[in-house]
Amino acid sequence: MRRAAVIGVAVAAVATVYASAKQGAPRSGPPARFGLGRAATADEIKAWDIDVMPDGAGLPPGSGTPAGGAKIYARKCATCHGPSGTEGPFDRLVGRDQALVRTIGNYWPYSTTVYDYIHRAMPLGAPGSLTPDEVYGLVAYLLWRNEIIAETAVIDARTLPRVVMPARDRFVVDDRRGGPEIR
Amino acid sequence: MSRVSLSRRRLLAGAAGAVGIAVLQRVALAQIEVPPDPTKVPGRPLSALGQRSPFERPRRLVSGVNQGSSLTPLQDLCGIVTPSDLHYERHHAGVPAIDPHRYKLLIHGLVERPTVFDLAALRRFPAVSRLYFLECSGNGAAAYRDPRPDLTPQSIDGLTSTSEWTGVPLATLFREVGVKPGAKWLLAEGEDAAVMSRSIPVEKAWDDALIAYGQNGEPLRPEQGYPARLLAPGWEGSANVKWIRRIELADRPFMTREETAKYTDPLPNGTARMFSFVMDAKSIITSPAYPAALPERGWWEVSGLAWSGRGRITRVDVSTDAGKTWAAAELQEPVLPKCHTRFRLPWKWDGREAILMSRAVDETGYVQPTLAELRRVRGPGAPYHFNNIRAWRVRGDGTVHWGLEG
Repeated sequence: MRRAAVIGVAVAAVATVYASAKQGAPRSGPPARFGLGRAATADEIKAWDIDVMPDGAGLPPGSGTPAGGAKIYARKCATCHGPSGTEGPFDRLVGRDQALVRTIGNYWPYSTTVYDYIHRAMPLGAPGSLTPDEVYGLVAYLLWRNEIIAETAVIDARTLPRVVMPARDRFVVDDRRGGPEIR
Repeated sequence: MSRVSLSRRRLLAGAAGAVGIAVLQRVALAQIEVPPDPTKVPGRPLSALGQRSPFERPRRLVSGVNQGSSLTPLQDLCGIVTPSDLHYERHHAGVPAIDPHRYKLLIHGLVERPTVFDLAALRRFPAVSRLYFLECSGNGAAAYRDPRPDLTPQSIDGLTSTSEWTGVPLATLFREVGVKPGAKWLLAEGEDAAVMSRSIPVEKAWDDALIAYGQNGEPLRPEQGYPARLLAPGWEGSANVKWIRRIELADRPFMTREETAKYTDPLPNGTARMFSFVMDAKSIITSPAYPAALPERGWWEVSGLAWSGRGRITRVDVSTDAGKTWAAAELQEPVLPKCHTRFRLPWKWDGREAILMSRAVDETGYVQPTLAELRRVRGPGAPYHFNNIRAWRVRGDGTVHWGLEG
């Protein structure tokens, strides 16, 4: 009797283990969600969401002109890109001639990218230090130097996406597909 | 203990007709104390951190300061894995210092639940470990645009490396945050001073992209994205955003500077190819290769690396007569998709001039093109994706130099 009771308890225990194993995750595969991470706050997203898209999404308030940008350029950019954006030693920024190596004027397809890039990464020694007005001014100056906008133009969140770049229609999506053909 | 005689070693090196590199190695060797018979003295004690034999001094070849690159010494490697401290580097604004305890990855945009993951959360997800190559799309530029006899495997193709990467599939994180059906592209953005950013089609995330935090059995090296990076297997290095801190989902590409003004491919017809992510099949013989020389005729192993961003390497042919005839090399197992594959072919050098070439074929049937074929479709000024067949000239005196000319 006593022995039977022990066996009974043991059987019940085994049944419990088996039942829990059947219910456990390893038997049923991973869940759709693990419940890890935490909700991002609006402030966190705002602090890091710096990208500017070709339709202007992401552009901040502010404005700039070629004349205003020229002063900032001379102070913060000319050392690396040359007094007129053509001399280097780093990337040449100005020039429409197709023979030149990928300038803003002959190769950048979207004006908004100029804002996005200057804001995120320039100047090299102090990235992210420029105010929106300074960035708009530099964009205006570089677009004017590349003969894309007039010297009197005002560049802001409304006007910048409307600037059509000379290289706008030059780009095609990669058509390499593997297989025997060399493209 | 006795010091190895510098003068005698120099004499030997000179007698063997070895090149300058060998002399330098002998000089370094002269600084190392070795007993005449290591079986007659106890060895050095245990250590908490191992290091290479002092006789081995592989180094990356550095060009630039914080915007340039450093190249893997392919000629010093065996097998397929690149030691982590020799993995190539290509940075746009240096290597950032990131505190792993403060690290976070933000995923937002077209998702049901904008979410922040810290490193501990990323490591709790089911992980995978996979061997993949990485390659800068500028790899091979020197050989394509400015071939010189004194190029080495490192200076030609050292912007590629293979590691075992450990991380969480991006698809797992996408399910966690609930990516919306309208999301077609993701922006991957780094925490470096360039805030490096690339747009990636969401299909890549659902396919095989990882958020990697491990490399060759340990946390990522800072130079490879510590504490976490995007790994887009088979795709050009710049798409594998290091130090990743933000992923934004959108219905269209973001058109960042890197994917418009930089990592695009102007073609001879005036158009420019964009989003040219995949690295096509390529191979290079890493031995024999400059600066090493063949000191005597006889049997040598022709060995090198082959890889394809489209999948597995299925064949590597080797020619010793400038491409007139080819022989299939042995592919060293494991042969893995989107990973360096080691190939080997025994070769009996008869002492006469020979031109060594390798030609990789991948599982899509793509055959590594000749330099002429590639120049015909891409033009002489192409800035990226140089996967043409590489050639080494072995002279009668055993010296080996790059290229067909000279």
